[in-house]
Amino acid sequence: MQTRTNSEWLNDLRGSGQDQAIEDLRKVLKRGLIYSLSNRIKTDLETQVDDFVQDSILRILDKLDTFRGESRFTTWAQKVAVRVAFTELRRQRWKDISLEDLMPEDSGDFTPLVLADPSPNPEKRATQTILTEMIETILNEDLTERQRTAMMAIMKGGMPLEEVARRMDTNRNALYKLLHDARKQMRKGLLEKGLSPQEVIEDFEI
Amino acid sequence: MNLSSEVIQKMMGAVKMTREHELDCGQCYGKNAAEVMPLVQEHLDLCGACREEYQALLDALKAIID
Repeated sequence: MQTRTNSEWLNDLRGSGQDQAIEDLRKVLKRGLIYSLSNRIKTDLETQVDDFVQDSILRILDKLDTFRGESRFTTWAQKVAVRVAFTELRRQRWKDISLEDLMPEDSGDFTPLVLADPSPNPEKRATQTILTEMIETILNEDLTERQRTAMMAIMKGGMPLEEVARRMDTNRNALYKLLHDARKQMRKGLLEKGLSPQEVIEDFEI
Repeated sequence: MNLSSEVIQKMMGAVKMTREHELDCGQCYGKNAAEVMPLVQEHLDLCGACREEYQALLDALKAIID
């Protein structure tokens, strides 16, 4: 396979050498994705990777003008391919799960979950109960509904950022900023109550 | 709300790492590495999605360089 500089990649992908350049890029991206996804995809690895590579090449050709030359072209292209692959894998994994599925239920059981922890220390359990109530108050009173929904979906539900973003009609960057604001609000709320995150973590350690 | 100990610890861990100014996911990949590596590292510590993709990218690059 021909070795190309960044300029050569760009020129060939835009010009008369496009077919060969695309074929060479396909091989590069496929090799990289097979290696990096082999532990993550257990069936039909090659078929799925071929699909990811095809989608990636379309995206790369569409975004060629955004390549700034701060890395090797193949590194930039591989980054696009990794993002395409993971976006699709996460979509498949989470497609049947809604945000509502992840929200805590008000089950009517007034026993905080912390009391289910087998901590042998009644004083520690009491402290944990109080801290849990304080944190829930901060979540309910200091965060907006969108911040709270996003925080719970990610922290409690473990849903990936872009899947939460999709369900909240936003994008990953905007959601990260929403969560950043939420974390800052929580930090402020804790400080106002005379607490630090580290103290809370220590009180919940077994 | 019934938060478990595990969720509280995870939440507090993220709050503890919070900085006044952080890179978002798009900025994390678009900056000069030497200049912003501490900020990139902080973002990777907080963002599981970017952390997973970053590791996958490193793995992929090993395959195409070797």
